[in-house]
Amino acid sequence: MATMTYLQAISDGLRQEMRKDERVLLMGEDIGVFGGAFKVTDGFIEEFGAGRVMDTPLAEAGIVGTAVGAAVVGLRPVCEMQFADFISCGFDQLVNVAAKMYYRQGLPVNITVRLPSGGGFSGGPFHSQNPEAWFMHAPGLKVVAPSTADDAKGLLIRAIRDRNPVVYLEHKHLYRRVKGEVREGLYETPFTARVAREGSDLTVIAYGAMVHTALEATEDLDGASVEVVDLRSLVPLDEEAILASVRKTSKVLIVDEANETCAAGAQVAALIAEKAFEDLDGPVRRVATPDVPIPFSPPLEQALLPSVDRVKEAARELLEY
Amino acid sequence: MATRTARPAESTDSAAAVSEHLTLDDRIALLRYMLLMRGLEERAMNLYRQGKVPGSFYDGHGQEAVSVGAAFAMGPHDRLCVLHRDLGAHLIRGVTPARVLAQYMGRAGGVTGGRDGNVHFGDYRVGCVGMVSMLPDMMLVATGMAMAFKLRGEQRCAITWFGDGSTSRGDFHEAMNWAGVQRLPVVFVLENNQYAYSTPTREQYAVDPVERAQAYGFPGISVDGNDAEAMFEATRVARERALAGEGPTLLEAVTMRMHGHAAHDDMKYVPKEQVEEWRKKDPIDRLEARLREAGVDTGPLREEVRAAVDAGTEEALAMPMPDPATATDRLFFEPTDPDEELLTADGAAPWSGFAEGGA
Repeated sequence: MATMTYLQAISDGLRQEMRKDERVLLMGEDIGVFGGAFKVTDGFIEEFGAGRVMDTPLAEAGIVGTAVGAAVVGLRPVCEMQFADFISCGFDQLVNVAAKMYYRQGLPVNITVRLPSGGGFSGGPFHSQNPEAWFMHAPGLKVVAPSTADDAKGLLIRAIRDRNPVVYLEHKHLYRRVKGEVREGLYETPFTARVAREGSDLTVIAYGAMVHTALEATEDLDGASVEVVDLRSLVPLDEEAILASVRKTSKVLIVDEANETCAAGAQVAALIAEKAFEDLDGPVRRVATPDVPIPFSPPLEQALLPSVDRVKEAARELLEY
Repeated sequence: MATRTARPAESTDSAAAVSEHLTLDDRIALLRYMLLMRGLEERAMNLYRQGKVPGSFYDGHGQEAVSVGAAFAMGPHDRLCVLHRDLGAHLIRGVTPARVLAQYMGRAGGVTGGRDGNVHFGDYRVGCVGMVSMLPDMMLVATGMAMAFKLRGEQRCAITWFGDGSTSRGDFHEAMNWAGVQRLPVVFVLENNQYAYSTPTREQYAVDPVERAQAYGFPGISVDGNDAEAMFEATRVARERALAGEGPTLLEAVTMRMHGHAAHDDMKYVPKEQVEEWRKKDPIDRLEARLREAGVDTGPLREEVRAAVDAGTEEALAMPMPDPATATDRLFFEPTDPDEELLTADGAAPWSGFAEGGA
């Protein structure tokens, strides 16, 4: 075990998998000589060379599309979008070419697309988005979002080895804020949920940065026993883990940092309504970002992102219900 | 750096340069594949009219030389992203008539097993990657394959076809730029058939896109797209260039879409004289005339192709429709799915140059 930041754990996973498997190559803007906008690939070009740590033209469709081509002839590209927001420019290649390839013609597309996502630091409308739901709605893509350093490494290794296209959301606000024990060597974290904290009175379901918000908000909530479920994977969605927790607590709060409509949490809420209605002892509540772009100025941004206080308030209401 | 050669012939030619790299048998094979493509597409159109082909039907009537000539120059280890007007490339790689017709009819035995229609397929068992409807997307996929070949130091080349309309999309630019920057072994075939659905090229671009190649740092060459031998020769040279590490080539195959965009399109927007003019340049008539001049009796060849289409039709019609219960299966690759060997299989490469060890 070693103590690492979330960012260091991502780097460690990438580096170790590249050492083990020469088919793995990294593609992205400014990831080579500069080491990446967030320095995830700092020092990689020295170890692996410019062929495997490729500084690409500023062309997101190009990054995803050429990665698809490289993958179908046997490589395992890991693409970095400099910010998750820029995936909109590569959307077509991901959703129409990569996602549908296996279903249509039996050819697996072994690519991982890393999306530095999320807000909370005045990134503004184009550097703060949480676009995971777009990809949940595109059959053929897997979507994962780690919240801890250990999972950041293990989910990434699992994603690179998965023969299908995987969208890997790494929350920028966790990069240096979250630190934890990370297992040494190579290991895979399964695409399933985990219980971040056991509890019996209420279940809070979250993923990514919101797991930490949920844990903090419910750590000492008037003595209530609150379970926090960290989804880790949005596609596939771990239905069993979600339903098991609901059956245990009968009350559910779902926290999304993404815009509310059709977000991952909406899918979780629908699942619970359909398959665990009889187990509920209160309405399924959601806390998410209202349906507006993420504004730049701190008071505006903080007014929108789910805060510890908003989660506390919603949790209290449910506990009292 | 950009050069323009082999301007389209003004009429049916007798002076067309026959590639010195084609034997008489090669030239007969070119004609056979063009006849097979046309025969299968005509049969598929009949099946469409009989209600046996769902959706609409798209063909490459009159453009057979573009795919047949270019694909004939590609080696077994090369990889192809084929456009919907280019059935000939699939036939050259070894996809059988029955599987093609079953594909059109959405049958279980079609190349995609009914999961996609028309020529929206690519059989990985013969080194092809199927197109999507966003046509220039595959330029980037082909570029990525070429990138992998270069990174691994392999003597392989990728080729992709796309239309005049595709040159307006960003993926065209991103692929041309990327391939130029990295000097990748890829051949881009711009199949200029004068219309993108109903939009003529004059409304598509202000500058002939073959000229743009120079801006990306590699040659753009305009070729008579209705001459299979000219297409072969231009592609052979482009492939040689790619394998020598000299980078990509843009080939503009100048041709004409002789049918509507799809079966439902009566093509009223195209002047009749334009179609008549191009009918005189039919690629099959031209190659057949040349072969007859060379003393070849093409009658038996036509018979052979007709029999192959008939047999393929019979086989395809006997194939069942896909089982509705399988519609949600196989969304994701699982380790139990097809073995690795098939995923990296090569295709047929019938050009005699490969048999002589020229691969």
